[in-house]
Amino acid sequence: MIIEGRALVRSYGATPALRGVTVAVDEGEILAVTGPSGCGKSTLLHCLAGIMRPDAGEVIYRDVRVSDLSESGRARLRRTEFGVLFQFGQLVMELTAAENVALPLLLAGTGRREARTAALSWLDRLGVRDLADQRPGEVSGGQQQRVAVARALVTEPRVLFADEPTGALDTLAGEQVLGHLVRLAREQRTTVVLVTHDARVAGYADREVCLRDGQVDPSGLGLSTRAAR
Amino acid sequence: MSTPHVLLGLLSTGPKHGYELKRSYDQHLPRARPVAFAQVYTTLGRLVRDGYATEAGHDQAGGPERTVYEITASGRAELAGWLDQIDPPAPFVASALLAKVTVALLVDDPARAHAYLAAQRQAHTRRLRELTAAKNDADADFADVIGADYAIAHLDADLRWLATTLERVAILGGTST
Repeated sequence: MIIEGRALVRSYGATPALRGVTVAVDEGEILAVTGPSGCGKSTLLHCLAGIMRPDAGEVIYRDVRVSDLSESGRARLRRTEFGVLFQFGQLVMELTAAENVALPLLLAGTGRREARTAALSWLDRLGVRDLADQRPGEVSGGQQQRVAVARALVTEPRVLFADEPTGALDTLAGEQVLGHLVRLAREQRTTVVLVTHDARVAGYADREVCLRDGQVDPSGLGLSTRAAR
Repeated sequence: MSTPHVLLGLLSTGPKHGYELKRSYDQHLPRARPVAFAQVYTTLGRLVRDGYATEAGHDQAGGPERTVYEITASGRAELAGWLDQIDPPAPFVASALLAKVTVALLVDDPARAHAYLAAQRQAHTRRLRELTAAKNDADADFADVIGADYAIAHLDADLRWLATTLERVAILGGTST
């Protein structure tokens, strides 16, 4: 196991989002977190990735209690060990594709030339090398998302957190993004936590955890307790 | 599915004997209901009888002599007619999933319906994962991909129907208690 959330509780004001979720992910595993909108799946991803702290419970990443780290400690972990991929809006619009992909390396202290070489190599692996000098606004949504995948993987993270990474794309563009993401993750033995409401996207995962009303639903059905009785 | 028309379509790409036709069917429709050799030969006989195909010689390359068939002009017209024909959407829902859920609700056994649906959902998602892996396999060809796409879309539709039905059942339970 590489990362685990134990009895995670998190609320937004009076609204509970997670009500005691425990989930463990094995190294190299691709885990889909599914469930209807509002079930808490994005909150779970944010807690596991150290983007937010749970109100109660703990997140353990390879013997490190992520939930106990300071903001700067969690930020360092996200820069060095984790990659994060969202539905959209993560690329810097003023930078070219190559500059966007190089950015995490530059922030981690890699030299400019080396960072650009690595960025071009990752753009090549995602099949968008020819867009290296284009800005996000000049390419399609699917191409933008492939650049975003390259940026999320360029630091060779141990765990990639992806929140509805193809939610804004049509079926074929989404499939290309997922195909690349899953193939590269398996090559690198990168663990992936993939949040999605779409069964077809979850089909790319090795295993699925279904949430319902902030709790793990063991049946995967989302059936209310009353109706199941 | 109309097997005679599918075989006519495969013959339209060039003359073939029965064995080649069966192989071509398996290659192009890998996820369709399999067709037996006997069915291929029976169908070829009917196509010849109806004037849609004709015997075009014999082939004995390294094995027993085989009759080669080719499509006729009449067969091409029949094939074109079939391809242009709009299929009416299915008038009846023929699904064991729907039948079992409906009957389970009728006999007022929600626990049984729940257990069935949980197991069925697992089976659906497992199959969906297998098909996703198959179509992303480096060796998958175009027929594999579109065949898997079709199956995945139907499994996905079942899963979405299942989720909606459970919501409806939950609402029904909430309003009646």
